[in-house]
Amino acid sequence: MKPNAPTALIAEDEPLLAAALAAELARAWPELRIVATVGDGASAVREALRLAPDVLLLDIRMPGLSGLDAAAELADAWDTAVKPFPALVFVTAYDQYAVQAFDAQALDYVLKPVQPARLQKTVQKLRLALDQQAQAAINTEANKNDPLQATAEQLRQLLAALQPAAPTAQAALRQLQVSPAGSNGNTIRMVPVADVLLLQAADKYVRVVTAAGEHLLRTPLKDLLPQLDADAFWQIHRATVVRADAIDTVQRDEAGRLHLTLRGLAEPLVVSRLYAHRFKAM
Amino acid sequence: MVIDWRDVLRHGLQVLAFCCVVAVFTNMIWPDTGYGQQLVHSAATGMVTWAVMEFGRLLVPRDRCYRGHGNQGHGWPRGWRGVVLTLLGLAAGFLIGRPLGFWLLGRPLEYSQRDAVLSLLVTIAAGVVGSFYFFTRGRQAALQAHIAAAERDASQARLMLLQSQLEPHMLFNTLANLRALIAVDPAAAQRMLDRLDGYLRATLGASRATVHPLADEFARLADYLELMAVRMGPRLRTTLDLPDALRALPVPTLLLQPLVENAIKHGLEPCIDGGGIDVSAARAGDRLTLVVHDSGVGFEPAQAAAAGTHFGLTQVRERLAAAYGARAHCAVESAPGAGTTVTVTLPLDEARP
Repeated sequence: MKPNAPTALIAEDEPLLAAALAAELARAWPELRIVATVGDGASAVREALRLAPDVLLLDIRMPGLSGLDAAAELADAWDTAVKPFPALVFVTAYDQYAVQAFDAQALDYVLKPVQPARLQKTVQKLRLALDQQAQAAINTEANKNDPLQATAEQLRQLLAALQPAAPTAQAALRQLQVSPAGSNGNTIRMVPVADVLLLQAADKYVRVVTAAGEHLLRTPLKDLLPQLDADAFWQIHRATVVRADAIDTVQRDEAGRLHLTLRGLAEPLVVSRLYAHRFKAM
Repeated sequence: MVIDWRDVLRHGLQVLAFCCVVAVFTNMIWPDTGYGQQLVHSAATGMVTWAVMEFGRLLVPRDRCYRGHGNQGHGWPRGWRGVVLTLLGLAAGFLIGRPLGFWLLGRPLEYSQRDAVLSLLVTIAAGVVGSFYFFTRGRQAALQAHIAAAERDASQARLMLLQSQLEPHMLFNTLANLRALIAVDPAAAQRMLDRLDGYLRATLGASRATVHPLADEFARLADYLELMAVRMGPRLRTTLDLPDALRALPVPTLLLQPLVENAIKHGLEPCIDGGGIDVSAARAGDRLTLVVHDSGVGFEPAQAAAAGTHFGLTQVRERLAAAYGARAHCAVESAPGAGTTVTVTLPLDEARP
């Protein structure tokens, strides 16, 4: 086997389907080497960072992190100085809305059961993309960041399109019901949304930070987001939403990552590549 | 305010025809004037009465009226408003329609007191008969509209039930697994196809039969769980426990199916390592207890109730209430991280729900 043979990682929670996809890929693209097969989104991120494959085949519905969230997390953690971001192919059984969103973003997907003819097309596209990447790497060392930035933009749009639509004419949330620490859920406290500086998803909770202190909220951040005023609150990461007015500084580090601080809050916050377009001037 | 002019025309012609009949009777009372004149009188009175009622009811708020076909129309007012409208129509018919008749005939408005009383009686009798006719017609239309709406709701519910059971995502993933199995293990593929066949047959036919033996219920659950076991591999472990003595007991068809599907979808699918589903049946005195337990992620019951998205559970509760009333119930026990247990209790005293 050639040392520079293209490599792929498959993330699919149903073992038979993972094996079938690998077998179909072997027929359609014999040189491709499957470096790992994983069954959940978090493992996909971990193994992709470790093995740096050229192609990522991600099932959308997986336990833990979904295929889309895994791609978004990987886009953040990826170090483009080492290797270009892998080409993404999403795999789904049936999801008419997702499929529309993929078409709109020109992201590649295959439907289960995988049809050989359809997979052949995907393989052709992937080969072309990998060739162009290799060409670009020879021609210029600069602008390595751009392809990933484009993918990040596609992923951001995709995640936004697949977000459960906000109920129409819903009034913006004014107060959050939080349970103060140590209250065992017997007491609730109302926190005015106008006081909130930062919302951060942590495990099953959302950290609600105000100038006066912080609280925990049981509503998932995903459900909270559509109820917030999109101009007042900016999402800067999958797990982080900040009050736009409270942003103090934004800094870029050596690796090209953006860090943000809020007025009245010491902790620095990481800006995801998916949401870096907010600070384009940098 | 929407006026259906075809309805108005239809009503008007019906009233006119009725006036022709009334004129036959009045012609018997006053035979010397001739049918033509009686018809003019009858039509003038009838049409004024009708016009007041036809357009007067449009002034009554719509929610106080019977609804016409397709819930569009502005039917006859309900209750005392209908009676008042009838009286107003009759008064208008007598006080306006009658002089109008004389005027049309070019005759002076003079008559004996006996004639006035008689024609008042005729107007009232004709008016009551006509109003009663339109009132019953309106109520019938409203009833038909109500029945049609109920049928639509029932079809909608059946469709939702079918959609929840034949989820495309589940179907296509199963087909993808079958496709994969055919290549590597044709015998296992055949077994899986038989399970799919059993599952589809039961799901598509569930709307017809209302009860089946508990043994059949467990066999259908086994079909579904076997399909899911092929898909999820070692991530799914299942046990089905049905004592022999309970095998023949009748239960509503596929009562437990939505609970087992919920256990997989909401309980186990989010778990990276999967988990177990245990379904069991037991007898406690004159009660049958069916338990569906999963070791999955669990949920906060209060929050789930507030979210109100548990179609499967709602459906089970509605079916239990329809079949057994208050004598059956369905209890959910769950906590985040601690799995979920759904317990269905049915009365055994009746052989048939």
